[in-house]
Amino acid sequence: MSPRTRLWLVAVGGAGLAALLVAACLDLPRFGGDRHPYGDRAVEASLSRHTANTVASVTFDQRAFDTLGEMSILFAAVLGCVVLLRQTRDEHRARPEPAAVSRPVRRYALLVLPVALLTGLYVVAHGQVSPGGGFQGGVVAATALHLLYLGADYRALERVRPLVPYETGDALAASAYLVTGLAALLGGSAFLANTLLPYGTFNTLASAGTVPLLNAAIGMEVACAVVVLLAGFLDQAVEIVDEGENAQAHDDPDQRGK
Amino acid sequence: MSEPTHVLPYLVAAWVFLAGCYGLATSRDLVHAVGCLSVCQAATYVLLLAVGYRDGATAPVFSDLAPGSRPVVDPVVQALALTDVVVGATVTALLLALVVQVAKRHGTVDPDELSELRG
Repeated sequence: MSPRTRLWLVAVGGAGLAALLVAACLDLPRFGGDRHPYGDRAVEASLSRHTANTVASVTFDQRAFDTLGEMSILFAAVLGCVVLLRQTRDEHRARPEPAAVSRPVRRYALLVLPVALLTGLYVVAHGQVSPGGGFQGGVVAATALHLLYLGADYRALERVRPLVPYETGDALAASAYLVTGLAALLGGSAFLANTLLPYGTFNTLASAGTVPLLNAAIGMEVACAVVVLLAGFLDQAVEIVDEGENAQAHDDPDQRGK
Repeated sequence: MSEPTHVLPYLVAAWVFLAGCYGLATSRDLVHAVGCLSVCQAATYVLLLAVGYRDGATAPVFSDLAPGSRPVVDPVVQALALTDVVVGATVTALLLALVVQVAKRHGTVDPDELSELRG
């Protein structure tokens, strides 16, 4: 198909889709309207379980089983990236040369690193009380480590993130989520039901039953996953180089399909 | 409020989605295509948050807000948007890893040149 025909096809299909979407939009409830039956019930359920952050309650209590599926997607995606980005036989590692970092950048990065790390852990720990939670805090904590790459060099980063513990941590966190769900089953209620722990005092760290546990498991998984993902891509960009020239490996039949 | 503003946020979501689709269809570079897919996904964030919005409402977090004192926006769609962000980010990472492998094996990231199969 020539690019011109394809563009026409896209235009026709896109116009049809646009017409359908506009028709659907016109039929949606008024923007900013007052009728939110699910939202109101979610808030009620969250308050009855002493969870101040309703979004955390929806994610880790009312929809905890969906979050298990989401966690599995995260886990599978990380696994896929690790497999796809591994070092193949026709590649080898080159030690990256340390590059000069200007002093203000170095000072700023090293100053902000502990603050960012602490902020990430704080956001994870307070997921049931204040806005935030495992997903957001995990990303903050994991990216905080990478300030070391900006402020110092790649080898310094490699020293603080040996990959095996992070890969193990990813798997352990995923199992911890499952185990918390199974514990509810052993306690005589449904899988992942929030009945295991007392609901505690509203608006304190010890509230919301199993929500903080699941939140911490997700926080750990996301932090480990982001570190492993970024490590895969950084390795490709910084360390791994082709054996010969690109074109040579490309044309050599022996190199194909490895 | 006049009538068009009632649907404008939904129309913005539809427009962002279609812009992403156009980019996907005309892309000459796989990295660009993955970016366009993220644009399509961003449309779902806009749609979800627009559905959950409520006039004069605040965030559904009761750490510094007495329950019942103010209306709050819909927490269910916010949780859905959160799910969407996380899944979107990891799937984008997986797709980019695939692009890295395609670039290595075929020496190109133009989808039109990737016609032959290679073991």
